[in-house]
Amino acid sequence: MCLAVPGRVLSVEGEDPAFRIGHVDFCGVRKTVNLAFTPEVVVGDFVLVHVGFALTRMDEEEAASTYRYLAQIGALEEEDFVLRDAGGSMS
Amino acid sequence: MKYVDEYRDPRVAQAIAGRISRQVTRPWVLMEVCGGQTHTLMRYGIDELLPPEVELVHGPGCPVCVTPLEMVDRAIRIASTPGVIFVAYGDMLRVPGSHADLFQARAKGADVRVAYSPLDAVKLARTNPDRRVVFFGVGFETTAPANAMAVWQAKREGLRNFSMLVSHVLVPPAMRLILSSPSNRVQGFIAPGHVCTVMGFSEYEALANEFRVPMVVGGFEPVDLLEAISMLVDQLEQGRAEIENQYVRSVNYAGNVPAQAILREVFEVSDRKWRGIGPIAESGYRLREAYAAFDAERIFGTADVSADEPAECISALVLQGLKKPLDCPAFGTRCTPMNPLGAPMVSTEGACAAYYQYRRHA
Repeated sequence: MCLAVPGRVLSVEGEDPAFRIGHVDFCGVRKTVNLAFTPEVVVGDFVLVHVGFALTRMDEEEAASTYRYLAQIGALEEEDFVLRDAGGSMS
Repeated sequence: MKYVDEYRDPRVAQAIAGRISRQVTRPWVLMEVCGGQTHTLMRYGIDELLPPEVELVHGPGCPVCVTPLEMVDRAIRIASTPGVIFVAYGDMLRVPGSHADLFQARAKGADVRVAYSPLDAVKLARTNPDRRVVFFGVGFETTAPANAMAVWQAKREGLRNFSMLVSHVLVPPAMRLILSSPSNRVQGFIAPGHVCTVMGFSEYEALANEFRVPMVVGGFEPVDLLEAISMLVDQLEQGRAEIENQYVRSVNYAGNVPAQAILREVFEVSDRKWRGIGPIAESGYRLREAYAAFDAERIFGTADVSADEPAECISALVLQGLKKPLDCPAFGTRCTPMNPLGAPMVSTEGACAAYYQYRRHA
């Protein structure tokens, strides 16, 4: 539950800031993420996601590295971010 | 740009551990507050890399663990009410209440569902207008904005069948309790990185100044924690007591301003009981009066449900850094992750469970 997982914003929809959502790719697993707390986020950005909300923007290398770490410790399976590729490429 | 994989490179870790050994001239007791950090420390044996002068004790930073028994009992009572869909984060289902957990309630016919996000529960309320949907809102400051936003959205949409059982706790009041205790041993804190991503670190700066205790905001990977420990030892050896930020790639001083705004809109600070510790003044959130229509405790009248904790469990001492899990006679025998007596054995991120999982009981 306390996990925060980085992913890449593929598309953004919604005008109302509280309901603005991004479709976010977590190495092949796609989830809908609320962007209310990160109004600055645009398509292509990497975000750190916790319980369906983006908490902060990250740069791509940090995102990839954090993702690999979470995959390595087996944390992604616990939260239903199932890996398609054990290498955990972010691109 | 810094190559971030070095945050778990064993050579980098060894180098920092070596630096700490050269820095340290006398014993220091440091505490990490976040359960995720406890987990990393145990998993990578970081405590064993450190010189013997540096002792790590583990704080109360697992929201699953510190959710009081009676809140789990209240959750089970609400979940067992006909017509209710009870929704919780997955980790909450196996947390034992006084007599049962939510898994067992589900086996007996309660409609208990796991959600990844509180917005999933709002969606369930939207699509099931004839059912009452209740979300178990637990967590520290990292999770609270998401839960607040779920309530706010439900109100905005006029959803009358959505409510939240709120059991939110806050990190700084627990640190204050530990620091105020006459038997406190903790001389420096690793502040929780994701909590500070949301809240910033002004509250930790205030604690550092008031109690003259150094604080370093730390990340979650092995080298993050070693760096934070090195920064704390530096401060202690030099007689400084400041707030510093090791986890700069996620945390800034102000934190996430929109997230803090929704917290203030929906929640107000209230007293909370912590499993293993007891009541702590102004240590959590409850819904504001304007959101009373979404308060599951009021809707389902659960205030009369209370519970006492097993007397044998020494978790109050463990969670305040006064005892280590291995000091407990019940550890690994009468208390295991499958059959936990108390808070720190309940969730994988609890200190006792982390010791158990990484075989420190051998």
